[in-house]
Amino acid sequence: MNTKLVAKNFGLSSLLLTFLLSISISMTFSVDASPVDTYQFDNEVLKTRYQALVKELRCPKCQNQNLADSNSQIAIDLRREVYNMLHEGKADKEIVDFMVARYGDFVLYRPKLSKVTYVLWFAPAVLFLLGIIIVIVMVRKRAGNANKAELSADENQRLAAILEQVNDETVQQSVPATQVSPEINKELNKGSE
Amino acid sequence: MNKLIRFLPLIVFIVLGVVLYRGLSLNPQDLPSALVGKPMPVFNLPALKNPERDLTEQALKGHISLVNVWGTWCPSCRYEHPYLVDLAKSDRFKLYGINWKDDRDLAKEWLVKLGDPYQFSIFDEFGKLAIDLGVYAAPETFVVDKHGIIRMRFAGPIDANVWREKFEPVIQQLEQEG
Repeated sequence: MNTKLVAKNFGLSSLLLTFLLSISISMTFSVDASPVDTYQFDNEVLKTRYQALVKELRCPKCQNQNLADSNSQIAIDLRREVYNMLHEGKADKEIVDFMVARYGDFVLYRPKLSKVTYVLWFAPAVLFLLGIIIVIVMVRKRAGNANKAELSADENQRLAAILEQVNDETVQQSVPATQVSPEINKELNKGSE
Repeated sequence: MNKLIRFLPLIVFIVLGVVLYRGLSLNPQDLPSALVGKPMPVFNLPALKNPERDLTEQALKGHISLVNVWGTWCPSCRYEHPYLVDLAKSDRFKLYGINWKDDRDLAKEWLVKLGDPYQFSIFDEFGKLAIDLGVYAAPETFVVDKHGIIRMRFAGPIDANVWREKFEPVIQQLEQEG
C-alpha cells in the first residue's frame, strides 16, 4: 500500500518534471525560432537599432509578421537593406521613410498620425471618455431616484402597524432592542432615516 | 431619449455587423502601391541576355510600358507566361521584364523554351530595383505611361479576366491622354 503510494507520487512528480522540462526546452528554442541572419555589427548601438527597426517594420508579403520574424525572400532582402543603410550611417527615420516610400504606410506596425488614422489613434480615448460620462450620468440619475423614493399609502400603513407592534412588545415584555428580530430592526431603521 | 438608449446596443451591433461583414470580402493582400503616380525609380542594371548592355529607366519613356517582375522560381510566373507572350503581339504598349533574383542561365533557358515576350529583361540579381518598386512577390506588373510615371500596379498573375477588368481601362485611358 505504502510502496504503491510512493510509486504513484514518484510517477506524478516525474510527470511534472518532464512537463516543466519540456516547457523550458520549448521556450529556449522559441527564443531562437525567428530567422537569424549572420550579420556582424560594428557596434552594439547599430545592433540594437537594427533589431528595433526589423521589429517595427512589417513584412509586406507575410502580413502578420514583422521583418524580424519572417523568412520570406522579401523580408530577407529588406533586412539586408536595413542593415546596409544602418552601416551607411542613415538615421532611423530615413530608413523608415525609405520603406514607406516603397511599400506605403502598411509597412509600419505603428501607424502614422494622419487624417486617415485619426479614428485609429483617438477612438479608444474618445470611447473611454464616453463610457465614463455615461456611467457618471447613470449613477447620478439613480442616486436622484433613490432620494425621491417615497412610501406608498399601503407601505405607510404596514410601517405603522409594525411600529405599533414593536412598541407594544417593548412596553409589555420590555424586550431589549437587540432582541427585536433583524427584519423588524431593519424596517425600524428605515423609518427613522 | 430613454427609448433611444434602449436601442443603442442593437444599433451598435448592426453597424459593427455591416462593417465586419464588408471586411470579410476585402482582400488583405490587395495593398495600394505607394508608387502609383510617381516616376519609375532610377536604375542602371544589365540586360538579362546581354550583360554588357546597361539599361536605365530612360528606355521606358516615350510609349506605354508594361513592366513585369518575374523569376524562374515563381510558379505563378509560369502560369501567366503564355498570356504575356500573347500580349506581346499587341503594338499598343511595350512589355519589359524585370528578372528578379534569378539565375541568369535558368532565366535565359526559360525564355528560349517558353518564348520571350519582353523587349528586354532587366537582370535584377540582388532585388534592388524590385525593392525600389515596392515589389513583395512575383509576379507583379506595372503600367508606366510615356512620361515614365507609374500609373498602375498589379500584384499576381495576369490572365484574360484580369486584363479585361484591371488593365484594359487603364491602357485605354492612357491612349486617350495621347
